[in-house]
Amino acid sequence: MSFIEPSNDSSDSGNYEEWIPTFCSRFGHEYFCQVPTDFIEDDFNLTGLSQEVAYYRKALDTILDLESTSDEEEEKNDASSNSKKDNDAHVTRSIVEHSAEQLYGLIHARFILTKAGLQAMAEKFDRKEFGTCPRYHCGSIQLLPCGLSDTLGKQTVRLYCPSCQDLYIPQSSRHLSLEGAYWGTSFPGVFLKHFKELEDYVEKKNKETYELKIFGFSIAKEAICGPRMQWLRQYPKTDEEWEEFKKCEFEIPKELLEDNPGSQSSDDNNMSSTVTN
Amino acid sequence: MSIPEESVETTEQPDVVMADALVVNDQDDGSDSGEYVEYWIDLFLGKKGHEYFCDIDTEYITDRFNLINLQKTVSKFTTVVQYMVDDLEEGIIESMSPARLEQLETDTRKLYGLIHARYIITAKGLQKMLQKYKAADFGRCPRYHCNHQPLLPVGLHDIPGIDCVKLYCPSCEDLYNPKSSRHSAIDGAYFGTSFPGMFLQGFPEMCPKHPTKRYVPKVFGFDLHKQAQLTRWQELQRLKLEKLLITKGINLNESGGYQF
Ligand SMILES: [Zn+2]
Ligand SMILES: [Zn+2]
Repeated sequence: MSFIEPSNDSSDSGNYEEWIPTFCSRFGHEYFCQVPTDFIEDDFNLTGLSQEVAYYRKALDTILDLESTSDEEEEKNDASSNSKKDNDAHVTRSIVEHSAEQLYGLIHARFILTKAGLQAMAEKFDRKEFGTCPRYHCGSIQLLPCGLSDTLGKQTVRLYCPSCQDLYIPQSSRHLSLEGAYWGTSFPGVFLKHFKELEDYVEKKNKETYELKIFGFSIAKEAICGPRMQWLRQYPKTDEEWEEFKKCEFEIPKELLEDNPGSQSSDDNNMSSTVTN
Repeated sequence: MSIPEESVETTEQPDVVMADALVVNDQDDGSDSGEYVEYWIDLFLGKKGHEYFCDIDTEYITDRFNLINLQKTVSKFTTVVQYMVDDLEEGIIESMSPARLEQLETDTRKLYGLIHARYIITAKGLQKMLQKYKAADFGRCPRYHCNHQPLLPVGLHDIPGIDCVKLYCPSCEDLYNPKSSRHSAIDGAYFGTSFPGMFLQGFPEMCPKHPTKRYVPKVFGFDLHKQAQLTRWQELQRLKLEKLLITKGINLNESGGYQF
């Protein structure tokens, strides 16, 4: 799970800091944007979240800086509540802090799909705050954070490249343990739908790919280390390929695999020229 | 040399700082102190950012046959070679001006890099690089579906001064920028364009089974249409290749085949 160490700075009273900006500016939290309090205050936006997070009320109050000093009403541990009250209060506090982080993350996942949230994330995208694609031919295009699950505790955050349309692991170790559900599975898709110009930009980008060579020569297809992954970065180029692409609208047209003996197969022309057919 | 702009990215800071703390002698010192302790090659290999280089045998360096056509790449070639293998008289080094010594150090690093590119495609060099590959000294593929596949260094040119080193993933067969700025400043010619190909041809068992899993962005559970269509078309290309390879009698359940 993420956020192993709950902030210990908040344990003291003293000077008062707003929870959300503090959370977002913490080391390793660079992928988060600040969710406005009015979004959080609108109950409609929080539908269903009370079941996802423990100490929901207190967690919500923490996020909104409404922390009350009277914890009595929520006291559940009936057994030893009075004996070690100070200790319990302390433990509860770090648990609540953890819940607050989870709750904030889940609200964040919802907020970034709204117009305002997309805008906030677009600004971070422009500033390359999610990093850039490590793939050489993507020319350092910015990445988008992405979850592979919308449920807590399943997967850490990944990064989606709109250019190669592939998924990457964050480069820096401080982003490796971030909970993926805090960005959610729909974010890159919604982002691409909302900012059409990004897709257009990517479409026009050159589709250069790499081919491994030895002293300038392509490696034969039959070799064990021969090219087996060119399809991964391939885009339709010829009319024939675009025709094929059209047929892929709803399913893979398996009939295209049936007849040909390899002569008219379009990939043959594209692939290693060392192999004669 | 072009350094990719993300190499100066702020996200790199902590790693670099950590490396700083670990490395005792920093970059360009040693040259101005005038004393040359230990072996030059060991000092070179121990410098931060030099993790991709392997140790070249002294016999390889001193065999003039291996250095054909490298003479003109540095001035005072013989001195540079002697300095590299710690064969230069103490007195000569002491009489050098700091600037001259600095030049000598720079030239020696460059020549070492150029010899390195040749050495790592020899049987012995390949063996040394295999150990480094197994230890993932060149890093691992950042692509999620490549499952932390170790990478191999590669140049896009065999001529120095054009572009910095890149990393080749034998799993997805693609090229990546080094994660750390200290690696992305290294000349690609010091590894050469043919190294990964020679390596995988030399050690075919190191060729992984290639992943076929893909990711398609979703909106509330539904695939994005255009992206899904492209993925299907690409999978069609893969299936065609697979069919062709099978007709040629290639077993795709072994190294170099596919992971399903
Ligand atoms: Zn990319
Ligand atoms: Zn890979």
